[in-house]
Amino acid sequence: MRAEATTRAPSTSVVLVGLAAWLVPGGGHLWMGRRFKGLVFLGALVLMFALGLSLQGRLFPFEFAQPLVGLAAFANLAAGLPYFVAWAAGLGDGQVIAATYEYGNAFLIAAGLLNTLVVLDACDIAAGRK
Amino acid sequence: MTSHLLYMTLFAFLVSLVFAVLLKDEPRQQLRFGVLTFAGFMLGALALGWLMYPFPL
Repeated sequence: MRAEATTRAPSTSVVLVGLAAWLVPGGGHLWMGRRFKGLVFLGALVLMFALGLSLQGRLFPFEFAQPLVGLAAFANLAAGLPYFVAWAAGLGDGQVIAATYEYGNAFLIAAGLLNTLVVLDACDIAAGRK
Repeated sequence: MTSHLLYMTLFAFLVSLVFAVLLKDEPRQQLRFGVLTFAGFMLGALALGWLMYPFPL
């Protein structure tokens, strides 16, 4: 019984909620009717991402010759739709000489990592574990 | 404008806000946890700053 439970594939709704939560920060919580939490996540994470860009932060490339750069790229990607919008708009070049460059990177990376926690929380709620 | 303190405060506020809303469900608990986390970020950063002051790189 236990083995069956641990090897069971996640249900479609959990996957869909996870995808929605990743694409739109807070989207998973909004979908499940947790409006306050969803709106706070949407506002805070999109603001963090936008601040990161405005502080001359960089959207890192997927270069695995430098492992930290590759990991930072995954953290950027975890921000969801804001990442794709910024990428399509040609933002996130990063100005290394700017005094705020490292602050920008901290905001961009933290926004993605926090969104990962939000996605996991949304999946837990969708699976009935919370 | 480049204010290190302002950016640090903004970062601490936003991260504390997300953690508080994510980890707690009751508004009072969220407020308490958020304030404590924010204070921890700020006091920790200021303490580290002062500790590093006598040892410049």
